[in-house]
Amino acid sequence: MLQTFFNAEIISKAWPIILAGLGNTVLLSVVVVPLGLLGGLALAMLASVRKPWVRWPLMAWVDFFRAFPPLVLLIFLYAGLPFAGLELGGFACVCIAFFLNTGAYYGEILRAGIDSVPAGQAEAARSTGLGRFQTMLYVVLPQAVRNVLPDLLSNTLEVVKLTSLGSVVAMPELLFQARQAQSLTYSPTPIVVAAIIYFVLLWPLVRLLSRLENRAQTALA
Amino acid sequence: MSNWDRFVETFFNAKIMAKYLPDIAYGMLVTVELAALVIVTGIALGLALALLRSLGFRPVNWLIIFVVDLFRALPPLVIIVFIYFALPAVDVAPSGFVSTWLSLMLVLTAFSEEIFWAGITSIPRGQWEAARSTGLSYGQTLVSVVLPQALRLTIPPLTNRTIAITKGTALGTVVAVSEILGMASSAVSNSYNPSPLTLGAGAYLILFFPMVVFGRWLETRMAWKH
Repeated sequence: MLQTFFNAEIISKAWPIILAGLGNTVLLSVVVVPLGLLGGLALAMLASVRKPWVRWPLMAWVDFFRAFPPLVLLIFLYAGLPFAGLELGGFACVCIAFFLNTGAYYGEILRAGIDSVPAGQAEAARSTGLGRFQTMLYVVLPQAVRNVLPDLLSNTLEVVKLTSLGSVVAMPELLFQARQAQSLTYSPTPIVVAAIIYFVLLWPLVRLLSRLENRAQTALA
Repeated sequence: MSNWDRFVETFFNAKIMAKYLPDIAYGMLVTVELAALVIVTGIALGLALALLRSLGFRPVNWLIIFVVDLFRALPPLVIIVFIYFALPAVDVAPSGFVSTWLSLMLVLTAFSEEIFWAGITSIPRGQWEAARSTGLSYGQTLVSVVLPQALRLTIPPLTNRTIAITKGTALGTVVAVSEILGMASSAVSNSYNPSPLTLGAGAYLILFFPMVVFGRWLETRMAWKH
Protein backbone atom coordinates (compact mmCIF):
# COMPACT_ATOMS: atom_id res chain seq x y z
CA MET A 1 0.00 0.00 0.00
CA LEU A 2 2.68 2.45 1.09
CA GLN A 3 4.81 1.26 -1.84
CA THR A 4 2.01 2.23 -4.22
CA PHE A 5 0.68 5.48 -2.82
CA PHE A 6 3.73 6.87 -1.08
CA ASN A 7 6.78 5.50 -2.81
CA ALA A 8 9.91 7.31 -1.64
CA GLU A 9 11.85 6.63 -4.82
CA ILE A 10 9.08 8.07 -6.98
CA ILE A 11 8.66 11.05 -4.70
CA SER A 12 12.31 11.96 -5.11
CA LYS A 13 11.99 11.56 -8.88
CA ALA A 14 8.76 13.54 -9.20
CA TRP A 15 9.63 16.20 -6.64
CA PRO A 16 11.05 18.85 -9.05
CA ILE A 17 8.00 18.53 -11.31
CA ILE A 18 5.58 18.83 -8.41
CA LEU A 19 7.51 21.70 -6.86
CA ALA A 20 7.26 23.67 -10.11
CA GLY A 21 3.52 23.05 -10.01
CA LEU A 22 3.30 24.28 -6.44
CA GLY A 23 5.13 27.45 -7.44
CA ASN A 24 2.66 28.05 -10.25
CA THR A 25 -0.33 27.39 -8.00
CA VAL A 26 0.94 29.98 -5.53
CA LEU A 27 1.62 32.42 -8.36
CA LEU A 28 -1.80 31.82 -9.89
CA SER A 29 -3.49 32.36 -6.53
CA VAL A 30 -1.57 35.58 -5.98
CA VAL A 31 -2.85 36.86 -9.33
CA VAL A 32 -6.37 35.51 -9.19
CA VAL A 33 -7.42 36.38 -5.62
CA PRO A 34 -6.77 40.14 -5.96
CA LEU A 35 -8.42 40.03 -9.39
CA GLY A 36 -11.59 38.53 -7.93
CA LEU A 37 -11.51 40.94 -4.99
CA LEU A 38 -11.17 43.85 -7.38
CA GLY A 39 -14.12 42.67 -9.44
CA GLY A 40 -16.14 42.10 -6.29
CA LEU A 41 -15.24 45.51 -4.91
CA ALA A 42 -16.36 47.17 -8.13
CA LEU A 43 -19.69 45.30 -7.99
CA ALA A 44 -20.24 46.08 -4.32
CA MET A 45 -19.42 49.77 -4.71
CA LEU A 46 -21.82 50.00 -7.62
CA ALA A 47 -24.49 48.25 -5.56
CA SER A 48 -24.00 50.72 -2.72
CA VAL A 49 -25.85 53.17 -4.95
CA ARG A 50 -29.19 52.17 -3.48
CA LYS A 51 -31.22 52.66 -6.65
CA PRO A 52 -33.36 49.80 -7.98
CA TRP A 53 -32.27 50.36 -11.60
CA VAL A 54 -28.65 49.90 -10.50
CA ARG A 55 -29.22 47.07 -8.03
CA TRP A 56 -31.41 44.78 -10.11
CA PRO A 57 -29.10 44.44 -13.13
CA LEU A 58 -26.18 43.98 -10.75
CA MET A 59 -28.02 41.24 -8.88
CA ALA A 60 -28.84 39.54 -12.17
CA TRP A 61 -25.17 39.74 -13.17
CA VAL A 62 -24.03 38.27 -9.86
CA ASP A 63 -26.62 35.48 -9.92
CA PHE A 64 -25.80 34.69 -13.54
CA PHE A 65 -22.17 34.05 -12.72
CA ARG A 66 -23.00 32.27 -9.49
CA ALA A 67 -25.24 29.90 -11.47
CA PHE A 68 -22.53 29.15 -14.02
CA PRO A 69 -20.07 26.39 -13.06
CA PRO A 70 -16.62 28.00 -13.29
CA LEU A 71 -15.34 25.10 -15.37
CA VAL A 72 -18.06 25.72 -17.98
CA LEU A 73 -17.05 29.37 -18.15
CA LEU A 74 -13.40 28.39 -18.48
CA ILE A 75 -14.07 25.85 -21.25
CA PHE A 76 -16.26 28.35 -23.06
CA LEU A 77 -13.44 30.88 -23.08
CA TYR A 78 -10.76 28.33 -23.88
CA ALA A 79 -12.53 26.16 -26.45
CA GLY A 80 -15.34 28.44 -27.67
CA LEU A 81 -13.72 31.81 -28.27
CA PRO A 82 -11.07 30.51 -30.72
CA PHE A 83 -13.97 29.89 -33.13
CA ALA A 84 -14.47 33.67 -33.13
CA GLY A 85 -10.78 34.09 -33.93
CA LEU A 86 -9.90 34.92 -30.33
CA GLU A 87 -7.21 32.64 -28.99
CA LEU A 88 -6.40 33.70 -25.45
CA GLY A 89 -4.26 30.94 -23.98
CA GLY A 90 -4.83 29.11 -20.71
CA PHE A 91 -3.58 31.77 -18.34
CA ALA A 92 -5.68 34.61 -19.78
CA CYS A 93 -8.76 32.34 -19.82
CA VAL A 94 -8.27 31.40 -16.18
CA CYS A 95 -7.88 35.07 -15.24
CA ILE A 96 -11.05 36.15 -17.07
CA ALA A 97 -13.11 33.22 -15.79
CA PHE A 98 -11.98 33.82 -12.21
CA PHE A 99 -12.55 37.55 -12.50
CA LEU A 100 -16.16 36.91 -13.56
CA ASN A 101 -16.95 33.94 -11.31
CA THR A 102 -15.14 34.71 -8.07
CA GLY A 103 -15.79 38.42 -8.59
CA ALA A 104 -19.52 37.67 -8.36
CA TYR A 105 -19.05 35.80 -5.07
CA TYR A 106 -16.76 38.43 -3.58
CA GLY A 107 -19.17 41.12 -4.77
CA GLU A 108 -22.08 39.47 -3.01
CA ILE A 109 -20.11 39.17 0.24
CA LEU A 110 -18.81 42.74 0.15
CA ARG A 111 -22.27 44.06 -0.69
CA ALA A 112 -23.66 42.34 2.39
CA GLY A 113 -20.79 43.88 4.37
CA ILE A 114 -21.48 47.39 3.10
CA ASP A 115 -25.20 46.93 3.79
CA SER A 116 -24.36 45.94 7.37
CA VAL A 117 -22.74 49.32 8.09
CA PRO A 118 -25.44 51.69 9.40
CA ALA A 119 -26.30 54.55 7.03
CA GLY A 120 -25.57 57.00 9.84
CA GLN A 121 -21.87 56.20 9.52
CA ALA A 122 -21.73 57.38 5.94
CA GLU A 123 -23.89 60.41 6.72
CA ALA A 124 -21.68 61.40 9.64
CA ALA A 125 -18.56 61.01 7.51
CA ARG A 126 -20.05 63.09 4.69
CA SER A 127 -21.09 65.81 7.11
CA THR A 128 -17.50 66.17 8.35
CA GLY A 129 -16.56 67.09 4.81
CA LEU A 130 -15.26 63.77 3.46
CA GLY A 131 -16.06 63.11 -0.18
CA ARG A 132 -18.16 60.18 -1.38
CA PHE A 133 -15.09 58.16 -2.29
CA GLN A 134 -13.21 59.03 0.89
CA THR A 135 -16.24 58.04 2.96
CA MET A 136 -16.37 54.68 1.23
CA LEU A 137 -12.62 54.07 1.54
CA TYR A 138 -11.96 55.28 5.08
CA VAL A 139 -15.25 54.81 6.91
CA VAL A 140 -17.58 52.28 5.29
CA LEU A 141 -15.24 49.70 3.76
CA PRO A 142 -13.06 49.04 6.84
CA GLN A 143 -16.17 48.27 8.90
CA ALA A 144 -17.77 46.32 6.08
CA VAL A 145 -14.71 44.13 5.61
CA ARG A 146 -14.46 43.46 9.33
CA ASN A 147 -18.10 42.42 9.47
CA VAL A 148 -17.77 39.85 6.67
CA LEU A 149 -14.18 38.76 7.22
CA PRO A 150 -15.02 35.07 7.79
CA ASP A 151 -17.00 34.95 4.54
CA LEU A 152 -14.20 36.70 2.65
CA LEU A 153 -11.64 34.23 3.96
CA SER A 154 -13.89 31.28 3.24
CA ASN A 155 -14.34 32.47 -0.33
CA THR A 156 -10.60 32.98 -0.70
CA LEU A 157 -10.09 29.36 0.37
CA GLU A 158 -12.51 28.30 -2.36
CA VAL A 159 -10.69 30.46 -4.92
CA VAL A 160 -7.32 28.92 -4.11
CA LYS A 161 -8.86 25.44 -4.38
CA LEU A 162 -10.43 26.46 -7.67
CA THR A 163 -7.03 27.18 -9.23
CA SER A 164 -6.84 23.39 -9.72
CA LEU A 165 -9.23 23.93 -12.65
CA GLY A 166 -6.26 25.44 -14.45
CA SER A 167 -5.09 21.87 -15.07
CA VAL A 168 -7.99 21.41 -17.51
CA VAL A 169 -6.67 24.16 -19.78
CA ALA A 170 -3.07 22.94 -19.53
CA MET A 171 -1.88 25.46 -16.93
CA PRO A 172 1.13 23.78 -15.31
CA GLU A 173 -0.17 24.20 -11.75
CA LEU A 174 0.05 21.67 -8.93
CA LEU A 175 -2.63 19.23 -10.08
CA PHE A 176 -1.53 19.37 -13.72
CA GLN A 177 2.10 18.73 -12.81
CA ALA A 178 1.11 15.87 -10.53
CA ARG A 179 -0.83 14.28 -13.40
CA GLN A 180 2.22 14.73 -15.64
CA ALA A 181 4.44 13.09 -13.05
CA GLN A 182 1.91 10.30 -12.65
CA SER A 183 1.95 9.45 -16.33
CA LEU A 184 5.76 9.62 -16.39
CA THR A 185 6.22 7.32 -13.41
CA TYR A 186 3.16 5.07 -13.82
CA SER A 187 2.52 5.58 -10.14
CA PRO A 188 -0.29 7.27 -8.19
CA THR A 189 2.26 8.62 -5.69
CA PRO A 190 2.56 12.09 -7.30
CA ILE A 191 -1.20 12.62 -6.97
CA VAL A 192 -1.08 11.66 -3.31
CA VAL A 193 1.83 14.05 -2.79
CA ALA A 194 -0.08 16.87 -4.51
CA ALA A 195 -3.12 16.19 -2.32
CA ILE A 196 -0.93 16.31 0.80
CA ILE A 197 0.57 19.60 -0.36
CA TYR A 198 -2.89 21.10 -0.89
CA PHE A 199 -3.93 19.92 2.55
CA VAL A 200 -0.85 21.21 4.34
CA LEU A 201 -1.15 24.51 2.50
CA LEU A 202 -4.82 25.07 3.22
CA TRP A 203 -5.40 23.36 6.55
CA PRO A 204 -4.37 26.38 8.65
CA LEU A 205 -6.93 28.47 6.80
CA VAL A 206 -9.63 25.84 7.35
CA ARG A 207 -8.82 25.72 11.08
CA LEU A 208 -8.88 29.51 11.32
CA LEU A 209 -12.24 29.61 9.56
CA SER A 210 -13.69 26.99 11.87
CA ARG A 211 -12.68 29.08 14.88
CA LEU A 212 -14.01 32.32 13.38
CA GLU A 213 -17.33 30.66 12.59
CA ASN A 214 -17.60 29.26 16.11
CA ARG A 215 -16.83 32.65 17.58
CA ALA A 216 -19.57 34.23 15.45
CA GLN A 217 -21.97 31.57 16.73
CA THR A 218 -21.24 32.21 20.40
CA ALA A 219 -21.51 35.95 19.81
CA LEU A 220 -25.03 35.38 18.52
CA ALA A 221 -26.15 33.17 21.38
CA MET B 1 -21.93 38.44 -44.20
CA SER B 2 -21.68 41.04 -41.46
CA ASN B 3 -19.68 40.43 -38.31
CA TRP B 4 -22.85 40.01 -36.31
CA ASP B 5 -24.19 37.39 -38.70
CA ARG B 6 -20.93 35.52 -38.52
CA PHE B 7 -21.03 35.68 -34.71
CA VAL B 8 -24.57 34.28 -34.63
CA GLU B 9 -23.68 31.67 -37.22
CA THR B 10 -20.76 30.58 -35.06
CA PHE B 11 -22.17 30.59 -31.53
CA PHE B 12 -25.91 30.22 -32.14
CA ASN B 13 -26.00 27.96 -35.17
CA ALA B 14 -29.58 26.68 -35.22
CA LYS B 15 -28.88 23.63 -37.37
CA ILE B 16 -26.08 22.39 -35.16
CA MET B 17 -28.02 23.19 -32.01
CA ALA B 18 -30.98 21.17 -33.25
CA LYS B 19 -28.70 18.28 -34.10
CA TYR B 20 -27.07 18.13 -30.68
CA LEU B 21 -30.09 19.05 -28.59
CA PRO B 22 -30.82 15.39 -27.71
CA ASP B 23 -27.20 14.94 -26.58
CA ILE B 24 -27.36 17.99 -24.33
CA ALA B 25 -30.75 16.88 -22.99
CA TYR B 26 -29.22 13.52 -22.13
CA GLY B 27 -26.33 15.33 -20.45
CA MET B 28 -28.83 17.33 -18.42
CA LEU B 29 -30.40 14.11 -17.24
CA VAL B 30 -27.02 12.75 -16.12
CA THR B 31 -26.21 16.06 -14.38
CA VAL B 32 -29.54 16.00 -12.52
CA GLU B 33 -29.03 12.37 -11.53
CA LEU B 34 -25.51 13.04 -10.29
CA ALA B 35 -26.58 16.21 -8.49
CA ALA B 36 -29.48 14.46 -6.75
CA LEU B 37 -27.22 11.63 -5.58
CA VAL B 38 -24.62 14.08 -4.28
CA ILE B 39 -27.18 16.22 -2.45
CA VAL B 40 -29.06 13.37 -0.78
CA THR B 41 -26.04 11.33 0.31
CA GLY B 42 -23.85 14.33 1.18
CA ILE B 43 -26.42 16.04 3.38
CA ALA B 44 -27.52 12.78 5.03
CA LEU B 45 -23.92 11.89 5.88
CA GLY B 46 -23.20 15.42 7.07
CA LEU B 47 -26.21 15.35 9.40
CA ALA B 48 -25.27 11.90 10.65
CA LEU B 49 -21.73 13.06 11.48
CA ALA B 50 -23.01 16.19 13.23
CA LEU B 51 -25.36 14.05 15.36
CA LEU B 52 -22.56 11.64 16.15
CA ARG B 53 -20.42 14.60 17.16
CA SER B 54 -23.12 15.85 19.52
CA LEU B 55 -22.73 12.66 21.57
CA GLY B 56 -19.35 13.98 22.66
CA PHE B 57 -16.95 11.02 22.41
CA ARG B 58 -13.61 12.78 22.28
CA PRO B 59 -11.64 10.45 19.95
CA VAL B 60 -14.62 10.13 17.60
CA ASN B 61 -14.98 13.91 17.49
CA TRP B 62 -11.32 14.40 16.67
CA LEU B 63 -11.66 11.98 13.82
CA ILE B 64 -14.77 13.79 12.53
CA ILE B 65 -13.03 17.15 12.74
CA PHE B 66 -10.04 15.81 10.85
CA VAL B 67 -12.15 14.29 8.08
CA VAL B 68 -14.20 17.48 7.78
CA ASP B 69 -11.06 19.62 7.62
CA LEU B 70 -9.52 17.30 5.05
CA PHE B 71 -12.44 17.56 2.63
CA ARG B 72 -12.79 21.29 3.17
CA ALA B 73 -9.12 21.79 2.31
CA LEU B 74 -8.82 19.55 -0.75
CA PRO B 75 -10.02 20.87 -4.12
CA PRO B 76 -12.88 18.64 -5.39
CA LEU B 77 -11.05 18.10 -8.68
CA VAL B 78 -8.05 16.71 -6.81
CA ILE B 79 -10.31 14.22 -5.01
CA ILE B 80 -11.93 13.19 -8.28
CA VAL B 81 -8.53 12.70 -9.92
CA PHE B 82 -7.33 10.69 -6.93
CA ILE B 83 -10.34 8.36 -6.94
CA TYR B 84 -10.38 7.91 -10.70
CA PHE B 85 -6.68 7.80 -11.55
CA ALA B 86 -4.95 6.68 -8.35
CA LEU B 87 -7.25 4.06 -6.83
CA PRO B 88 -7.01 1.72 -9.85
CA ALA B 89 -3.41 1.09 -8.74
CA VAL B 90 -4.87 -1.08 -5.97
CA ASP B 91 -7.46 -2.63 -8.27
CA VAL B 92 -10.32 -0.41 -7.19
CA ALA B 93 -11.58 1.17 -10.39
CA PRO B 94 -14.75 3.24 -9.93
CA SER B 95 -16.30 4.73 -13.06
CA GLY B 96 -16.10 8.45 -13.77
CA PHE B 97 -19.68 8.86 -12.59
CA VAL B 98 -19.00 7.10 -9.28
CA SER B 99 -15.72 8.99 -8.79
CA THR B 100 -17.43 12.34 -9.28
CA TRP B 101 -20.33 11.33 -7.06
CA LEU B 102 -18.11 10.08 -4.23
CA SER B 103 -15.83 13.09 -4.29
CA LEU B 104 -18.60 15.70 -4.33
CA MET B 105 -20.47 13.69 -1.70
CA LEU B 106 -17.44 13.79 0.61
CA VAL B 107 -17.01 17.53 0.08
CA LEU B 108 -20.70 18.21 0.77
CA THR B 109 -20.57 15.91 3.81
CA ALA B 110 -17.72 17.99 5.24
CA PHE B 111 -19.37 21.35 4.62
CA SER B 112 -22.83 20.29 5.76
CA GLU B 113 -21.45 18.69 8.93
CA GLU B 114 -19.86 22.04 9.81
CA ILE B 115 -23.11 23.89 9.12
CA PHE B 116 -25.27 21.40 11.06
CA TRP B 117 -22.81 21.41 13.94
CA ALA B 118 -22.84 25.21 14.08
CA GLY B 119 -26.65 25.03 14.14
CA ILE B 120 -26.70 22.49 16.96
CA THR B 121 -24.17 24.37 19.11
CA SER B 122 -26.10 27.62 18.59
CA ILE B 123 -28.94 26.21 20.69
CA PRO B 124 -28.34 27.38 24.28
CA ARG B 125 -27.57 24.71 26.90
CA GLY B 126 -30.64 25.74 28.86
CA GLN B 127 -32.86 24.37 26.11
CA TRP B 128 -31.23 20.95 26.51
CA GLU B 129 -31.48 21.08 30.28
CA ALA B 130 -35.09 22.23 30.27
CA ALA B 131 -36.11 19.53 27.80
CA ARG B 132 -34.28 16.79 29.71
CA SER B 133 -35.78 17.93 33.02
CA THR B 134 -39.31 17.54 31.64
CA GLY B 135 -38.49 13.86 31.15
CA LEU B 136 -37.55 13.81 27.45
CA SER B 137 -34.74 11.41 26.58
CA TYR B 138 -31.55 12.52 24.86
CA GLY B 139 -32.89 11.39 21.48
CA GLN B 140 -36.26 13.02 21.99
CA THR B 141 -34.61 16.28 23.05
CA LEU B 142 -32.45 16.24 19.96
CA VAL B 143 -35.27 15.45 17.54
CA SER B 144 -38.12 17.48 19.02
CA VAL B 145 -36.36 20.44 20.62
CA VAL B 146 -32.88 21.07 19.29
CA LEU B 147 -33.00 20.03 15.64
CA PRO B 148 -36.12 22.00 14.65
CA GLN B 149 -34.46 25.19 15.89
CA ALA B 150 -31.02 24.29 14.59
CA LEU B 151 -32.22 23.33 11.12
CA ARG B 152 -33.92 26.68 10.60
CA LEU B 153 -30.56 28.38 11.12
CA THR B 154 -28.77 26.02 8.80
CA ILE B 155 -31.07 26.23 5.79
CA PRO B 156 -29.76 29.40 4.09
CA PRO B 157 -26.03 28.63 4.34
CA LEU B 158 -26.67 24.98 3.53
CA THR B 159 -28.64 25.87 0.41
CA ASN B 160 -25.93 28.17 -0.91
CA ARG B 161 -23.16 25.69 -0.16
CA THR B 162 -25.11 22.85 -1.74
CA ILE B 163 -25.60 24.84 -4.94
CA ALA B 164 -21.90 25.70 -5.11
CA ILE B 165 -20.88 22.07 -4.64
CA THR B 166 -23.52 20.69 -6.99
CA LYS B 167 -22.17 22.92 -9.76
CA GLY B 168 -19.04 20.81 -9.38
CA THR B 169 -20.81 18.05 -11.34
CA ALA B 170 -19.26 19.80 -14.36
CA LEU B 171 -15.90 18.52 -13.10
CA GLY B 172 -17.07 15.04 -14.09
CA THR B 173 -16.18 15.95 -17.66
CA VAL B 174 -12.50 15.56 -16.69
CA VAL B 175 -13.11 11.86 -15.97
CA ALA B 176 -15.35 11.31 -19.02
CA VAL B 177 -18.76 11.51 -17.36
CA SER B 178 -21.35 12.26 -20.06
CA GLU B 179 -22.94 15.17 -18.16
CA ILE B 180 -23.80 18.48 -19.85
CA LEU B 181 -20.27 19.86 -20.22
CA GLY B 182 -18.87 16.51 -21.37
CA MET B 183 -21.59 16.07 -24.00
CA ALA B 184 -21.18 19.68 -25.15
CA SER B 185 -17.40 19.43 -25.42
CA SER B 186 -17.48 16.29 -27.52
CA ALA B 187 -20.21 17.81 -29.71
CA VAL B 188 -17.96 20.83 -30.27
CA SER B 189 -15.09 18.67 -31.44
CA ASN B 190 -17.40 16.61 -33.67
CA SER B 191 -19.07 19.59 -35.32
CA TYR B 192 -16.16 22.07 -35.33
CA ASN B 193 -18.60 24.61 -34.01
CA PRO B 194 -19.02 26.05 -30.49
CA SER B 195 -22.83 26.21 -30.62
CA PRO B 196 -23.27 23.04 -28.53
CA LEU B 197 -21.26 24.80 -25.81
CA THR B 198 -23.70 27.70 -25.92
CA LEU B 199 -26.51 25.19 -25.62
CA GLY B 200 -24.75 23.55 -22.67
CA ALA B 201 -24.29 26.92 -20.99
CA GLY B 202 -28.01 27.48 -21.43
CA ALA B 203 -28.74 24.09 -19.88
CA TYR B 204 -26.65 24.97 -16.81
CA LEU B 205 -28.48 28.27 -16.46
CA ILE B 206 -31.85 26.52 -16.66
CA LEU B 207 -30.79 24.15 -13.88
CA PHE B 208 -28.90 26.48 -11.58
CA PHE B 209 -30.22 30.00 -12.05
CA PRO B 210 -33.53 29.23 -10.29
CA MET B 211 -31.58 27.56 -7.47
CA VAL B 212 -29.35 30.61 -7.00
CA VAL B 213 -32.34 32.95 -6.96
CA PHE B 214 -34.09 30.62 -4.50
CA GLY B 215 -30.99 30.64 -2.28
CA ARG B 216 -30.92 34.43 -2.30
CA TRP B 217 -34.63 34.54 -1.43
CA LEU B 218 -34.13 32.13 1.48
CA GLU B 219 -31.22 34.18 2.74
CA THR B 220 -33.19 37.42 2.92
CA ARG B 221 -36.28 35.68 4.31
CA MET B 222 -34.54 33.84 7.08
CA ALA B 223 -31.95 36.49 7.89
CA TRP B 224 -31.54 37.49 11.50
CA LYS B 225 -33.47 40.62 12.24
CA HIS B 226 -31.00 42.99 13.83
